[in-house]
Amino acid sequence: MQWETVIGLEIHAQLATRSKIFSASSTQYGAEPNSQANAVDLGMPGVLPVLNREAVHMAIKFALATKAEIGTRSVFARKNYFYPDLPKGYQISQMSLPIVGTGIVPVELDDGEIKMVGLTRAHLEEDAGKSVHENFHNATGVDLNRAGTPLLEIVSEPDMRSAKEAVAYARKIHTLVRYIEICDGNMQEGSFRCDANVSVRPVGQEELGTRSEIKNVNSFRFLERAINFEVERQIDILEDGGTVVQETRLYDADKDETRSMRSKEEANDYRYFPDPDLLPVQIEDELIESLRASMPELPDARRKRFISEYELSEYDAGVMTADRATADYFETVIDKSGASPKLACSWISGELFSRLNKESLELGESPVDTERFSGLVARIHDNTISGKIGKEILDKMWSGNDNADTIIDNEGLRQISDSSEIESMIDEVIAANPDQLAEYRSGKEKLLSYFVGQVMKASRGKANPGELNKLLQEKLKG
Amino acid sequence: MHKLTLAAMQRSLESGEFSSVELCQHFLDRTELQNKTLNAFVSITAEQALAEAAAADKKRAAGESLGSLHGLPIAHKDIFCTDGVRTTCGSKMLENFIPPYNATVVDKLKTAGAISLGKTNMDEFAMGSSNENSFFGAVLNPWDTTRVPGGSSGGSAAAVGGRLVPACTGTDTGGSIRQPAAFCGITGIKPTYGRVSRYGMIAFASSLDQGGPLAATAEDCAMLLNEMAGFDPRDSTSIDRPADDYRANLNQPIKGLKIGLPKQYFEAGLDESIASLLQLAIKELEKLGAEFVEIELKNQHLAVPAYYIVAPAECSSNLARFDGVRYGHRCDDPKDLEDLYKRSRAEGFGREVKRRILVGTYALSAGYYDAYYLKAQKIRNLISQDFSQAFESVDFILGPTTPSPAFKVAEKVSDPVAMYLNDIYTIPANLAGLPGVSVPCGDVAGLPVGMQLVGNYFDEARLLNVAHQYQTVTDWHTRIPG
Repeated sequence: MQWETVIGLEIHAQLATRSKIFSASSTQYGAEPNSQANAVDLGMPGVLPVLNREAVHMAIKFALATKAEIGTRSVFARKNYFYPDLPKGYQISQMSLPIVGTGIVPVELDDGEIKMVGLTRAHLEEDAGKSVHENFHNATGVDLNRAGTPLLEIVSEPDMRSAKEAVAYARKIHTLVRYIEICDGNMQEGSFRCDANVSVRPVGQEELGTRSEIKNVNSFRFLERAINFEVERQIDILEDGGTVVQETRLYDADKDETRSMRSKEEANDYRYFPDPDLLPVQIEDELIESLRASMPELPDARRKRFISEYELSEYDAGVMTADRATADYFETVIDKSGASPKLACSWISGELFSRLNKESLELGESPVDTERFSGLVARIHDNTISGKIGKEILDKMWSGNDNADTIIDNEGLRQISDSSEIESMIDEVIAANPDQLAEYRSGKEKLLSYFVGQVMKASRGKANPGELNKLLQEKLKG
Repeated sequence: MHKLTLAAMQRSLESGEFSSVELCQHFLDRTELQNKTLNAFVSITAEQALAEAAAADKKRAAGESLGSLHGLPIAHKDIFCTDGVRTTCGSKMLENFIPPYNATVVDKLKTAGAISLGKTNMDEFAMGSSNENSFFGAVLNPWDTTRVPGGSSGGSAAAVGGRLVPACTGTDTGGSIRQPAAFCGITGIKPTYGRVSRYGMIAFASSLDQGGPLAATAEDCAMLLNEMAGFDPRDSTSIDRPADDYRANLNQPIKGLKIGLPKQYFEAGLDESIASLLQLAIKELEKLGAEFVEIELKNQHLAVPAYYIVAPAECSSNLARFDGVRYGHRCDDPKDLEDLYKRSRAEGFGREVKRRILVGTYALSAGYYDAYYLKAQKIRNLISQDFSQAFESVDFILGPTTPSPAFKVAEKVSDPVAMYLNDIYTIPANLAGLPGVSVPCGDVAGLPVGMQLVGNYFDEARLLNVAHQYQTVTDWHTRIPG
């Protein structure tokens, strides 16, 4: 039988507010356990939540970025369950009236096709704390630093049909939330978490199969693997005549498998009801408009503009708009260097990115800022140096503080474009290689590159390659 | 000294007739003597109070600027968190809980110069109408120690009624200020929902809970409310609107005021002797120029059932934090997490609290939510609408505070429904969020009786004005037991 995979994602994006969603505690990651938990976060008797306006603004920005409906009146609800890292015995979340309603996210797939993924909703909620099992003899520790950290839970429709599509969608949301600066997107620290609802059904069947929910996936690679594992597991069960059980499953990256965590029968009845400690959130048009005005150009629009304005290829435009920092870097470099967008793009996506990757650095952590990088690209653009020399200079800039011009001057790396100087070098090389010259002239034109190499070597790499090629060909003809 | 009103004590402190230390010592002595019988206090903070009184006297002598309650003794219901002072909420669960923060109400009264003598007893987590549900034992009525003082602010009402302290804070979720005020012969006001901050006030039912004062007179209540009321950025449900000067507003004439008498409040179920006392009170108010008309509150009969869905539902969630993990009672040697939860809560909560947690959990459960919780919310809207309609034609609504005077200890313990019906006249104001005041208006065989006035939203000033005007022509509020 042919099976169709159906996937919906629930993404928890931690909002980049300075303080928690209902208290003034800091949201900084990595502090001493319980050093960022005040009376409200600890769920002490009598204390009350006060909504962080910034979290609301960020949710609205997300709605604007996904052209989703904005719930002009949304309501916080209590999700009741007992757990040691849930201090109040309930999580403040949103149920029937979320702050963000339905929307549509266009996702570009590998083959260039645009897949429209429906957004069911996105709602604000508080994160729970963390149970700590190490270093406690026969006991469990509780760290409430994370308790009350604002989350935007972004729920998609079951619109994805493969693990690859799911990952493409997740990446799209990941790009978007970082672009509009509402989430740092750090998956290792748990700032961006994906739960996948996965089911399979015979091709052609309308009705959805029984789904399982996969949790604990902390990278896109694992998301793809976990879904693929789960799809195979479900198909195996069904082909053996079994039935899939509705349950929550944990992904174990070490074993590359999913494991049952709890079945539907064991699931809590969360007894949602409106939180009487918080008033409904009323969102005025004025606020929406002022947030709209503050929105950056979004990746899709920016990509289109890069193609039309800078004449980048689809691919290059995609790379240059993959995140906001890259796009900003790119435009700054064009602006400051006066170089062609194509040249700037190839130097950023090639030389700059490969060096960053090698050292696992983010663009923001690059040792070479836009100012110095533009200086380098400008010299390549105006032919002061060749690309090859440019790479050497970039290496020097990487480990030092000099700018490109200083290095060029200090080390005499200026490109030789003067034709008489190049001509004399060519003459010397030709004179020293009479056999090769004869072979070339008798038709072995592949030897051109040999001569180019020899002259380049003689110029210590400084000869302008275009000029060199042109002059050399003329001379070789005789 | 204790026969004086708070207002009179203030004048005596100002004139130097006695000092704050003398005043506080006097009340502490009375408490020492009578608390053994009445059990109105859970904690008495004598040392701290006398130190504060001495400091207050010193400040006064130095001619420094003083708060409006400077040097006056009060006590807090043990539901208000007090920094460094044990706050039990009448429960074994919090038997040893010492909060590291003050409730906003506590802060405000302290800033105004009031001196707390201690924490008053209450029904556990404010759930009860007789103060028999306290882990620290029942409170007895100062007028007749075989009877209950009402609840849940029973300790506060008994303490003021017996003049162990001139004024107290209380909270009112379904009548918990007004009903014990009526039973103990004192004045108590539940303000509009949102008028007094709930921050640091341990939650029972968040959408109904409201703090307020209990004192001998309307004027004394006004003095406390002046400091308690106001917007608090730490309570999202508190209203950002300036509070009135309640005390300055007490001497307005009430001529021409229209007061509604709800037909439903005077029907079967009301003790006849209370009905006739209310008729006398109506006559007094008529003499002052008030006009009375009969009105309808036709969904009145639905209030108690709706309340006993909404309040337990909210309490089932509010009390989930008492899980034995971070503070409060924890069972010995838990086997595992579930055992820790189950035994800590089974041991830490009393019967009535457990009953309401169970009812509330049930009412919110999948499959029952619409039939119970949602329906109760709809009833709540109907009851609010009834009031809104009534207030289109009247300024206030007058009726009994309770169906009968204080009942005997243990009389209703085994019959929760009979106990719940005690709040039949007070609950509607909580459901609608309206202010209500209970004023002593007579006695039945030596037991005080209260009349209740309910006003429109934020009409506390006029409400206290009517109560005060009534008290200028009557003396029920001046009577002291024994």
